[in-house]
Amino acid sequence: MLAWTVYISFLGAAVLLLLDPANQKAARTIALLTAGMGLLVALAGVVQYQAASGIVPVCDRVWIPSLGIRYHFAADGISLTLLLLTGIAAVVGILFSWNVAHRVKEFFAFYLVLIGGVYGVFLSFDLFLLFLFYELAIIPKYFLIAIWGSTDKEYGAMKLALYSFVGSGMVLIGLIAAYVVAGGTTFDLVELAKFPFPEPFQRWAFPLVFVGFAILAGLWPLHTWAPTGHVAAPTAASMLLAGVVMKLGAYGALRAAMTLFPLGLAAWRDALAVLAVIGIVYGAMVALVQKDFKFVIGYSSVSHMGFVLLGLMTMTTIGLSGAVLQMFSHGIIAGLLFAVVGRMVYDRAHTRQLAELEKMNLHRAMPFAAFTFVVAGLASMGLPGFSGFVAELQVLIGAWRAFPTLAVASGLGIVIGIAYVIRTIQQSFFGAGAGAGAGAVSTLPAPGVWEPISVPERIGAAILMSITLLIGLRPSLLLDLIVPSLNSPLMSHLVKGGPL
Amino acid sequence: MPETIVVATAFVVLLVDLAAMRQRPTRTRLRCGALLAGVGCLAAAFWPGASGPAGTTNYYDGLLILDPLTQLIQQAILLLTIFTALISIEGGFTDHVGEYFLLLLLATVGMMFLVSTANILMIFISLELLSLSLYLLTAFNKQNLASAEAALKYFLFGGMSAAIMLFGLSLVYGLSGELNLGKIAAKLVGPTLDPLLVVALVMLVTGFGFKVAAVPFHLWAPDAYQGAPTPSAAFIASGSKVASFYVLARVLMSGFHDAAGSGAWRGFSPGWVPLLAVVAAFSMVLGNLAAIAQKSVRRLLAYSAIAQAGYMLVGLLADNPQGLAALIFYAITYAFTILGAFAVVGAVQQAASGDGFAAFAGLRQRAPLLACSMMVFMLSLAGIPPLVGFFGKFYLFTAAVHSAPANLGLLWLVVLAIAMSAVSLYYYLQVLKQIFVTAAPAGSPSIEVSLSTNILVTLLALGALVVGGAPNLLLGRLVALIK
Repeated sequence: MLAWTVYISFLGAAVLLLLDPANQKAARTIALLTAGMGLLVALAGVVQYQAASGIVPVCDRVWIPSLGIRYHFAADGISLTLLLLTGIAAVVGILFSWNVAHRVKEFFAFYLVLIGGVYGVFLSFDLFLLFLFYELAIIPKYFLIAIWGSTDKEYGAMKLALYSFVGSGMVLIGLIAAYVVAGGTTFDLVELAKFPFPEPFQRWAFPLVFVGFAILAGLWPLHTWAPTGHVAAPTAASMLLAGVVMKLGAYGALRAAMTLFPLGLAAWRDALAVLAVIGIVYGAMVALVQKDFKFVIGYSSVSHMGFVLLGLMTMTTIGLSGAVLQMFSHGIIAGLLFAVVGRMVYDRAHTRQLAELEKMNLHRAMPFAAFTFVVAGLASMGLPGFSGFVAELQVLIGAWRAFPTLAVASGLGIVIGIAYVIRTIQQSFFGAGAGAGAGAVSTLPAPGVWEPISVPERIGAAILMSITLLIGLRPSLLLDLIVPSLNSPLMSHLVKGGPL
Repeated sequence: MPETIVVATAFVVLLVDLAAMRQRPTRTRLRCGALLAGVGCLAAAFWPGASGPAGTTNYYDGLLILDPLTQLIQQAILLLTIFTALISIEGGFTDHVGEYFLLLLLATVGMMFLVSTANILMIFISLELLSLSLYLLTAFNKQNLASAEAALKYFLFGGMSAAIMLFGLSLVYGLSGELNLGKIAAKLVGPTLDPLLVVALVMLVTGFGFKVAAVPFHLWAPDAYQGAPTPSAAFIASGSKVASFYVLARVLMSGFHDAAGSGAWRGFSPGWVPLLAVVAAFSMVLGNLAAIAQKSVRRLLAYSAIAQAGYMLVGLLADNPQGLAALIFYAITYAFTILGAFAVVGAVQQAASGDGFAAFAGLRQRAPLLACSMMVFMLSLAGIPPLVGFFGKFYLFTAAVHSAPANLGLLWLVVLAIAMSAVSLYYYLQVLKQIFVTAAPAGSPSIEVSLSTNILVTLLALGALVVGGAPNLLLGRLVALIK
């Protein structure tokens, strides 16, 4: 049943292509319905899942017998968490793109193909199939940014496409090598995970596959495509890119690299943990000095993904569950942040420069946007009560057990995070205003002249805010999915540090 | 026999055109010629007597071999010819319709003989039949100087390569005393590589390298692909590649089986494998890097064809049934994809009188079906899933790495191939950017695309999607036949 998330998305895209280009309303409605159905299927999967069942098979058919490739979909708690994130991000992204007026049906068609590809990655338990969906997602991203984007869109789009392709090329080499060394009989994830790859082989295969995936997760220093790409992308694409697509990389790193090559992981974890922490601190420091509102969010995404990667390297249950929860949490929060910056502010004020926004009195002009951004900023900081706190706390506890010094360094990243969030909130929404009474004629529009925050935007923002609050107050909703999966036979060898 | 049918069709087309159609407008003559050619090729493709599932029929000690694998490849070639004939309808570059189709069909006959023989002399004869027909087809546009220049370069280069290859073949004969590939292999068994054999191998690789446009024998390709009339260029890019790769595989894998050597990293031993590995490496690098700089889409496709030849050679280097299956799969699917791409380029070039990037601007609005099909073709060539080009490349690389499981010997070449594939994504996306992202310049009319072209490109694009999603359709048959 879960495979329908993929099929519905692709079918929706196909239906959209057949529509009359002038019929924008139908395009939006069909897109929303499709994404909504995908979300319902994912939700149904989550609700029905029993922790004891381990890996739930969805579909397993012979596909290409001469290479041992099977059409194998399955789901465990981690997959379901991320499927749910994709569903939510898809629906909310469409809500925030309700005002797209240029080539509407193609926008939503590319969007749905991307969503379908992402669903496919999270469901695949055959490495060839996972790689197929992973690479499939690159092309819609390129077109979404190149056609509907803003600053430097063609450059940003090409950079993103090429970085992603190079990353997936690295993964491909590792996968083919793993297939051949394991006897050349199967590409199945569970089968290959059982195979004892020789240690010298793992020593080079692991970093190749891990870094190949982690490029998409924003591993420092290969992260530079992310701020450029996210800034260039239209709102919904940024929400999806930062929210979900970066998690594809982290998920691939967890499922393929770490599961297949545990000895390689043990050899490289220290170096990669250092890179993750550099990403956290560097991302935060660079976000602190940005002049463009969207760049702040872009770099903050790099910083938060650093927590995911750090959590993965801790090799403890708590650290790994924090990493997966952070994937979910950051997906929601990044979506919220990009929605405010892109849809609520940029589409109205037509500027993202903090210096200009300072003068616009935005908290009076768009109180709802201000409220949303403050909530998102608090969540992003890691304030208790929101999902980010639970996730980052778990990562830090796991990191403290594994790399105490690095845990302290990443704490520094959190402090800088508070700094850039407060700075950005203040400059963007609570700026000094256009110098009341100074005699200078303001050339900026008076508050209230802009289009009010529309209903789809309010619904989208409400959904995201309530989810991050819900998970922040009741994290067991997701942790009950994630932790048993980490203790399952497939993943348990990754977890040295004992139970939660 | 299929070849007889095709030859008969060729003469029928010529006679009908000369006798009955001289007074009709060119378009009608083209349609009639294409129809007759198509019917003839279809008949030849599904001729029941060709071979039974029982297996191989071998005439005159390998002069003509009929087996199910050969039949499959011949069917692919005939289908490519039919599609080329469909593209020719839009041609309008020549009055000599009958002669054109005659040459097309004779080239097809050459290809059919080429893939069904294991006799080196017959290989040379068929290769010459194919090549001479292709030279003439390239020159067919008498109003275009570029066409004549392309044909001359192609002919001079090709003539030289043919001479070198013949010399190599004669050396092989001298060393073994046999003309049949199987018997040659038996005679050439030995612990060390005879220096004269090495010379012969180099000469053979030169000759075949020219046919498949591998570096450093590629210099004719950009001019031929750019200057030749569209259907001729499409035919050169598709059909002759399939036939040439198959016969190269057959010659090297069965004739020079013991002279294979190894191209493994740190496991080098002399033979044709390391030789081809170097050729493949240079082809991939030069083809992809040169394509980035191109301003003409046809030249871009030519350099990309050089690079694709490199990828196909990687599959050949595996020197085992899996590698051969990968090579044939990729060659056939690549041929159909490039044919579709040339059909689109030809239509755009006719409308815009030029094939620079600017001619493609905003194609999405002017000819949506062509634009969508071009997206499928370009992405398939780049190797993006779920299209057939992705699986083809994947299978080639897997076969190459799998050929030496102990030390993953050819992994270096696969790494290079994947890196160069990333480079290729850049220039394929540049074409697609023009089509989908760039707005059409104001006042540019929508392109009139004939029904036949629309049907053709849609069919080919759908094929790329379907075979990409279910590669076993073709692969299963190939693997079963190459046992």
